[in-house]
Formats: sequence, structure tokens, C-alpha cells
Amino acid sequence: MSQNTGASTPEEERGREVLTAAEIDRALTRIAHEIVENTKGAQDLVLLGIPTRGVHLAARLADKLAQITSRPVDHLLGSLDVTMYRDDLRHQAARTPAPTVVPAAGIDARTVVLVDDVLYSGRTIRAALDALNDLGRPSVVRLAVLVDRGHRELPIRADHVGKNLPTAKGESVHVELTEMDGVDRVVIR
Amino acid sequence: MRHLLDTVNLSREDAIRILDVAETMGDVAGREVKKLPALRGRTVVNLFFEDSTRTRISFEAAAKRLSADVINFSAKGSSVSKGESLKDTAQTLQAMGADAVVIRHPASGAAQRLARTDWIDAAVVNAGDGTHAHPTQALLDALTLRRELAARDGVSPTGRGLDGARVVIVGDVVHSRVARSDVWLMHRLGARVTLVAPPTLLPVGVESWPCDVELDLDRALAAGPDAVMMLRVQAERMQSSFFPSVAEYSRRWGLDAPRLAVLPPQSIVMHPGPMNRGLEISAAAADSPRSRVLAQVANGVSVRMAVLYLVLSGANTPEGA
Repeated sequence: MSQNTGASTPEEERGREVLTAAEIDRALTRIAHEIVENTKGAQDLVLLGIPTRGVHLAARLADKLAQITSRPVDHLLGSLDVTMYRDDLRHQAARTPAPTVVPAAGIDARTVVLVDDVLYSGRTIRAALDALNDLGRPSVVRLAVLVDRGHRELPIRADHVGKNLPTAKGESVHVELTEMDGVDRVVIR
Repeated sequence: MRHLLDTVNLSREDAIRILDVAETMGDVAGREVKKLPALRGRTVVNLFFEDSTRTRISFEAAAKRLSADVINFSAKGSSVSKGESLKDTAQTLQAMGADAVVIRHPASGAAQRLARTDWIDAAVVNAGDGTHAHPTQALLDALTLRRELAARDGVSPTGRGLDGARVVIVGDVVHSRVARSDVWLMHRLGARVTLVAPPTLLPVGVESWPCDVELDLDRALAAGPDAVMMLRVQAERMQSSFFPSVAEYSRRWGLDAPRLAVLPPQSIVMHPGPMNRGLEISAAAADSPRSRVLAQVANGVSVRMAVLYLVLSGANTPEGA
């Protein structure tokens, strides 16, 4: 692992890279295999990415699932916006919601895997569970995250974790993805 | 965004933001549970000093879809006048704990008055004041047209304006707060607006508005606009006669079947409602596949959800004062 490479050097503001592009890819591959194993070959599966980076991660997981199972899985992919379900709407500047896209077959009686980039307080996932409730009744809901940085404020845990990353509360974890940021990496600043 | 009072002071960025939020709000209408919890526990008062069914119902549906509590206050029948009594009403609502006031008033500037004074802390949304402004109607018109243009180009409407679109607004401009709000909003979003009306129905000073003015409807339609918006002839606001007869108005400025046939295939027809069929719009035009009248109604709920969400959430509410 390449952690601590630039630690306590003058380049503090550029951040410390904790996951490289190759490591992100390996983590996603492993998560994809775990999902296949848990859902008996991705049966009745729905992948819902939480905007914005969770949506890209969900799309990558879908690609990997298609490779592993040799079946197209595009129709299982969607996104779940949680803005309107957040518990801090009154305290933050108004956020612009992103679209929610649910696969045509719906989520009823399916295994929904929520995909997000960083698991931190758990409040986003709490909002996502409420949002799911209004869309239907999945048989199982699982959570896949690229990074679990700890400091949970709610009794929530992830089923699939790319990397457990012990952090201080003052630090911030940035997941950068080629689709949006031009590069794949996870940085602590 | 603290209040929404008119479109003259609405920046292009804010307008596009409202439209983008409205675009996501529209999805809720297609779901089994047509409700979002964003405004749970907030109170929205519909304060209507003037008759209106569709606007009030639209705001009510919007507030309820966001889980807000709605109180409808209708001043119809009471001898409510301007000034002092508006103040009393406002302070009553303040005491009841209203978080947002949606106001419709026959006097131009009533919404401003409510927003600028210290009578009430609530967010103020103008639902039409006199002949001044009707911003949510203009926003839903813009949303309807933007979606149409995006579908034509095969792209997502999100983040876009109305750049390059040509819009013709026809009819009773002088009494129309909708026309005023549309002209400024669509101009700001990059559309080119042409007003068409008999000279008696054009307001004084229209030359200074950011739009073209044309007296001849056929000439305006021959230019092949992307959208034709017919305004309602507001008989209730006409103290004197502005045109010789209904038949003559209909013949010269009404949208009938022959005029409809002149339009390019992709042009749409809009009307803020309620329609006077046979006067400014023929049944053939109102029921044609070009008509977006019902899409406008559906988009109205989305736009009003977006506006209520934006004025009521975020750190710009009470403690910002």
C-alpha cells in the first residue's frame, strides 16, 4: 500500500494519497465478487448509486458484474438521490437534488445494493433507507462503499468495504474518479 | 433564495437552478408514494386575496408533496383592503408560525410589501400581484419550453437556458402579469420574445422591455416561432372596451386552425389558463397535439415544489435574519 508516501512533507495541501487507481480497481473487483457470491450470481439484484460519485462507482460495479456473470446488467443499474430525505436541510445551504433513476422492473422483492464513495457519519445512508422506503419494498438492502472512514453517528455498517481508513475527524477524505475529476485516487487532506 | 417576488430581479443562474430542481421534483409525480419529507413540520400559508383555483391548488399540491402543512387563507368576500389590513393579516400569520407565505393579491407590489417590511419573517412567494408579476407561471412556462427544446435536440434539459428559442406571446399584454414575468425570464434565459397585441392592449413603455413588439399575428407566426403563448383576455380587468368586438379580436388575434397550420411542425402552443375557447384560442388549437396546456399544469406543481424547497431549506431561513 502506498499510504504515508507524502506524509508530513511540505506538500500537505495536495493531500496524502491513500488509494491508487489500481487499488480502487482491485477493491471494486473484490466487491463485485462478494456481491455475486451473496446474491447467488447477481439474481434479482438492483444496484443503486448515491449521487454523485456513488453513481459512477455503481456503474463500474455493474461492468464488473457483467464480466463475472457474462450477462448484461445495465438494466439493474440506477441512482438514488437522498437530498430531500437529509436531516440537515435546515442547517445547510439548499442543495440541488440529483435525479433518482430506478430500473424499470422496480425494487420490490429484490436485493438492493446501495453504492456510495465514503461512509462517514452514516446519515446519508439513513436518508437513503428512507428514500428507498418510498420507492418500494426490497427483500434485502445491502451497502457497498469504497472507503469506510469511521466516526459513525448512527447504528449503520457497510456490507462491502473497499478499504477501511482510520481517520481523524478533522481530516477530509476525497474520492476522485476519472468520470468527474480526470483521475482515479483517494486522498486525505 | 429568501423570497421569490418577480422575474426581473431573478438572475440567470438562480432561474436555471429553480428549473433544474423542478426537473428532479417532477419525478415524484410518477411514483407510488408522491411525497418527499423535505418540508416536514414547516407551515405554508396560501394567502389569496383574489380568485384563483389552479394556482392555489398547484401551490397546495406542491407544498403537500413536500410534506409541509398547508393553511389556505382566502380573503374572498371579506372587505379586505390594502395597507393596514394586509399588515394585520401578515402579523396574524406570523403569530401562527407560518414559515412561508404564498400571496396572490389584486394590488401590484403586495408581495414586495410583505417581503420588505418587518411584518413577517416568513419567506414570501408571489403567486400573482395585480398586473405586476407572476414568477412561478413564467418559470413553469420556461420549464415546459426548455424540456421541449432539449427533447428536440436529444439532450438533457438540466443546466440549460432557452438560448436561441423564439417565443411569441399574443393577446392582452396590458393586463397580464404573466406576460411581464415571461418577457423578463425568457429574455434572461436567452430566448427572443415577440409580443403581439392590438395597440390598445399594449402597456405604456413596452418599447423599453427586452422584447420585440408586433401588431400583426400572421406576420409573427410566419417567422416560425418555437412556441406561441396565447394570453387570456381578462374581461374582469377591462373597465372600458379595448377592442370593438369579440369576433373582431378573435379574427385578428385568435389562434385558429388556419393559423395553427402555418406553424412549423415542431412549434408548440401554450396558454396559462383558464382558456376562453373561441376567443383567444380555438378548440382546434387547444386540443391539437401541439398544445402543451396540460404539461404546463403538471410542470406548475414541479416548479412550485422547487421554489418552496429553495426558499424554505438551507441556512437562509430564520437564523439568517
